[in-house]
Amino acid sequence: MPEAKILQLEPRESRRAQPEPAPDLTPEAAPGADWEQRLAHGLAFLRRRITGDYAIDDFGFDPDLAEHVLLPPLRPLYERWFRVETRGLDHVPDTGGALIVANHSGTVPLDAMMTTLALKDHHPAHRHLRLLGANLVFTLPVVAPLARKAGHTLACNPDAERLLTGGDLVGVFPEGFKGIGKPYRERYKLQRFGRGGFVSAALRAGVPIIPCSIVGAEEIYPIIGNAATLARLLGLPYVPVTPTFPLLGPLGVVPLPSKWIIEFGEPIETSHFGGAAAAEDPMLVFNLTDQVRETIQSTLYTLLMQRRSVFF
Amino acid sequence: MNPRVVLVTGVSRHLGSRLAGVLAADPSIDRVLGVDTVAPRPELAAVLGRTEFVRADIRNPLIAKVIAQAEVDTVVHMNVLATPLDAGGRTAMKEINVIGTMQLLAACQKAPTMRKLVVKSTTAIYGSSPRDPALFTEDAEPRSLPRTGYAKDAVEVEGYVRGFGRRRPDVTLTLARFTNFIGPRIDTPITRYLSLPVVPTVLGFDPRLQLCHEDDAIEVLRRATLEDHAGIYNVGGAGVLMLSQAIRRMGRPALPVPSPAVSLVARLLRGTALVDFSPEQRHYLEHGRVADISRLHREFGPVTRPTAEAFADFAAGSTSRRVVADLSRSAEQLGLELLARRRTTSPGAVGA
Repeated sequence: MPEAKILQLEPRESRRAQPEPAPDLTPEAAPGADWEQRLAHGLAFLRRRITGDYAIDDFGFDPDLAEHVLLPPLRPLYERWFRVETRGLDHVPDTGGALIVANHSGTVPLDAMMTTLALKDHHPAHRHLRLLGANLVFTLPVVAPLARKAGHTLACNPDAERLLTGGDLVGVFPEGFKGIGKPYRERYKLQRFGRGGFVSAALRAGVPIIPCSIVGAEEIYPIIGNAATLARLLGLPYVPVTPTFPLLGPLGVVPLPSKWIIEFGEPIETSHFGGAAAAEDPMLVFNLTDQVRETIQSTLYTLLMQRRSVFF
Repeated sequence: MNPRVVLVTGVSRHLGSRLAGVLAADPSIDRVLGVDTVAPRPELAAVLGRTEFVRADIRNPLIAKVIAQAEVDTVVHMNVLATPLDAGGRTAMKEINVIGTMQLLAACQKAPTMRKLVVKSTTAIYGSSPRDPALFTEDAEPRSLPRTGYAKDAVEVEGYVRGFGRRRPDVTLTLARFTNFIGPRIDTPITRYLSLPVVPTVLGFDPRLQLCHEDDAIEVLRRATLEDHAGIYNVGGAGVLMLSQAIRRMGRPALPVPSPAVSLVARLLRGTALVDFSPEQRHYLEHGRVADISRLHREFGPVTRPTAEAFADFAAGSTSRRVVADLSRSAEQLGLELLARRRTTSPGAVGA
């Protein structure tokens, strides 16, 4: 069976040539050969990791690692646990820069990871979302290098503009900790949208802003209390108390299986405003910020009306 | 506008002597003067060519006499030391770096023949912190100014250089901020560090490294000396390597050390004189530092090779790299062959 050998070796060669391999969406080979092919891929991956034979970009994004190690464990969560439904994916361009602005919730930034997967697996161009993270993310050991390797960078204007002008898809959660750490009773109420830094970055780069509304993430870890003293002690913005955490110990870490909807809205074009000069106009920046915020808020209410229940 | 008489400081060290040698080989330059406090080691003296070695201390006003008498029109200042071991202690190092630069610039300011000043600086002046943008542009404002050691000296040196630029606007001023150097011949803390048999890293951190090949550094300084490129330039390779990736490419094992124990390990290494670790290098090993080199490439053309290529030239000499590469390749081959054999011996498994 000489053909079998060729089948196994081919992907290894092609993978080394291109730094970011497309996901294996076409397991066209014989069904039994599937796992063997995967094993061969795994071997090649291990060899690349051991010898350091992979490429990363200036921000530290490691597509090889993200594709094979960081994203796969999230897929069952996406497909089975939260059963994420995406809408309006056609509003996200296939190429070129765009800024995705979304509401933030859920105690743990699972919404960021699910949005990344939605665009990676279900967008026709399989785009990788580059997220802008808070300071804290890049201060924490283990988390900081992982965030960089997953393609994320610090939420600051130089980085956002560099990614956007480079034609990357950038994601931002302007509510920050105020959004993700808010108590359950304030669910789906948008918090303050920062200082509009994301709008000026989009204006300077002249890329569209795509409002993104995420429903379902609020219910995964309902925050009923905050251990403020402990949070201050640990230097964290909040330490959540949920119905299951810390009451049930490690079991409390399991998120509730809410049904998610991620809707990408109509893009708001910014190229006609006139670039850097427009970014210096605070009134325009505030108005655009409000427009994006209002769009997300009203879409959230519409989606909530359409939702049959939290879990189905 | 070709320079006629060039004075190079710090000529007894690796980069200084090589640059002086390259300039001396250029027939368009009349004289090349090399200044340092100690005579260059014999192997470095060989590359100097027709460079005239002047044994002088730039901290001494004597340097003004040298500049005036030789009618020096171009000064390349490379005498900012990175490691206390080179100078014989931190106090001496600070004095050579800061006071030396002050004296040299004072002498330059007085010299009517001066037309060009090229200063070798470092991207270390940007510091390393988690709150910095991913890439530093030349006009970036660092979030945490370096407070100790070499980086602080470099910040002060740049301050004096800016002052000089204000007082002598007729002098073409080029300030080159280099990333860490790498290459098969150069000996720096980072090359020593990466050559350790087991490489200690900070547990939970994996910085991005940007490296500059020694040959490219010489080329940038040579062109800055011969041509007019006024301004500040970040000089380094395009792209980055993660520290873990660099260690893997060297075929070395990494030893993650918990943060509180890092200074202890650093002291041990310093005690054995293997690697000269200073406190700001610990921040570097946590957060890394990458500079935007687009201005350099716009002005000079693609003069530096990518970080990965520069590193490959350094790692080529590592036997452990070859061993690990061969072993992992043959292990992979073996795995694939076992798979293939399994398929040929039990064809039923394929159909199932």
